[in-house]
Amino acid sequence: MSGDRRGLVLALALLVSAAVLLLLGASVGSTGVESVFTAHRDAAAWQIVWDIRLPRTLGAWAAGALLGLAGAVAQGLFRNPLADPYLLGSASGAALAVSIALALFGASPYATQWLVRLGLTGAAFGGAVAGVLLTLVLANGVLHTLRLLLAGVIVGVVLGAARDLVTLAVPDILQAMQGFILGSTGFIGWSACGVMLGLLLPLLAVAWALGRMLDGLALGEATAASLGLPLGVMRAALIAVLGLSTGAAVAQTGLIAFVGLASPHLVRSIAPVPHGRLVVLAALMGGLLLMGADVMARWVVAPQELPVGVLTAVLGGTYLLWLMHRRSRRGGFA
Amino acid sequence: MIALEARALRAALGHGSQRHPVLHGIDLRLAAGRWTSIVGPNGAGKSTLLRALAGLLPHEGQVLLNGAVLAGSGGRARARQLAWLGQNEGGADDLTVYDVAMLGRLPHRGWLAPPGAADHAAVERALRATQAWDWRTRLLGQLSGGERQRVLLARALAVEAGVLLMDEPLSNLDPPHQADWLALARSLADAGSTVVSVLHEISPALQADEMVVLAAGRIVHQGACGDAATHEALAQVFDRRLRVRELDGQWVALTTQ
Repeated sequence: MSGDRRGLVLALALLVSAAVLLLLGASVGSTGVESVFTAHRDAAAWQIVWDIRLPRTLGAWAAGALLGLAGAVAQGLFRNPLADPYLLGSASGAALAVSIALALFGASPYATQWLVRLGLTGAAFGGAVAGVLLTLVLANGVLHTLRLLLAGVIVGVVLGAARDLVTLAVPDILQAMQGFILGSTGFIGWSACGVMLGLLLPLLAVAWALGRMLDGLALGEATAASLGLPLGVMRAALIAVLGLSTGAAVAQTGLIAFVGLASPHLVRSIAPVPHGRLVVLAALMGGLLLMGADVMARWVVAPQELPVGVLTAVLGGTYLLWLMHRRSRRGGFA
Repeated sequence: MIALEARALRAALGHGSQRHPVLHGIDLRLAAGRWTSIVGPNGAGKSTLLRALAGLLPHEGQVLLNGAVLAGSGGRARARQLAWLGQNEGGADDLTVYDVAMLGRLPHRGWLAPPGAADHAAVERALRATQAWDWRTRLLGQLSGGERQRVLLARALAVEAGVLLMDEPLSNLDPPHQADWLALARSLADAGSTVVSVLHEISPALQADEMVVLAAGRIVHQGACGDAATHEALAQVFDRRLRVRELDGQWVALTTQ
């Protein structure tokens, strides 16, 4: 089967699987599948299915898709298979901002109320974008890939230390911070779905349009420049896609691990395609992964619930180990 | 007619206090429709010179492409006139051979325009010229080092630029494919292209029309590959441990103890 056809089949399979998981997601929860059957005559059941399960499941897909897109962009931009969406300081920026917001708002029980969540969401998005901007300032722009990576590492360490300081000063926020760092899809409502899906489409369009340039960049920066590609503009646009998609996902779900890293690899292992198609398929894959993890998180120990970030970390970590093993047998990871 | 010219070209590598000058005022004129080899000992600045000539390295002095200052031309306009093949171009393992060669058509295509008939024809010509056409549906990551090099050469050829700069194009190629590359470079020059190649092996480099001998960031000699003065310059920069002899009508370099 040709690469084009395999990519198309994979896209269809990912979309159909997502539709099936959406229905499954509407059926899984503490009240079980009964709520679905009684929703048309029971207001409480309707609320559970329509206001809680469906937006949560769809939101998990949207957040996963944003992370998958960001992962594919990061790996293409930095020409590194281990690059992930949190590379440029977005995660540490979001975590610091959330810790400051929690310290200011006060910790639970109020921290879980939706008004406060909205405040935390804004703080997380602002922090993620600020983290990326700080990385860009330290790297003196977008022209040097290595400088960008180093600046991202430095921002990660420094903002991480600052977050620890805030946590140390206000220990009451520890539990809420733990929830943010582990990631959760439990607070996603329709408005959050709207924000994420509204951002996903234009960001995906930009990344798709720049796919041909990412292909050129894969041959090396000098070759890309020799082909007349506007590397500065292109990097700036791709970093904007990376920062905004990561920020939007982190703001709604916390720091979900491995989805951004693993999605592009999974797509490549099934259907190696040029970057234009890779960003779309990685988004579909990321959406499916996080949606699947969300359903599993509600189902495995029902009626209790596992933090979805723990599931993605366990599954993603296992996959990463397998990938390292496979690459090392083929002669190196680079 | 001069295709590529360098005037008082200076370039350095590294950053900040580690910045190290590599080229010390290079003046060079490369005639159109000729094949020129750039040779010299390790660290002479061959690759740096090629990158500066391609406009890929910040430099002092001027580089002129077909009489126009290179720094003033737009990226795409320059890319249509000058193609570059770097050392160890990597990555792109998930692209098919055909897709990789098609990247050479980027300077000719609109922002989101699909490849046209001319692009497909150029890619086919390039892949056939490097005998890589039969693998066009394979992934670059599935090829051996030598096979990859032929695909990357096809990518550079697909640009169909008048000036073609190549840095160590023979790396990873076995002797028959080295011979094929030499014949290809000759045919390109005969067809009017300007070919400039950096080669660390002197015998293949002697098959070119002209040779630029570089040492310590300065041009020691520029002349025809068959000239005795060129052979003497080679012996000089390689510490008299290299001699040029004629064998079966070709110049070959022999190393001595």
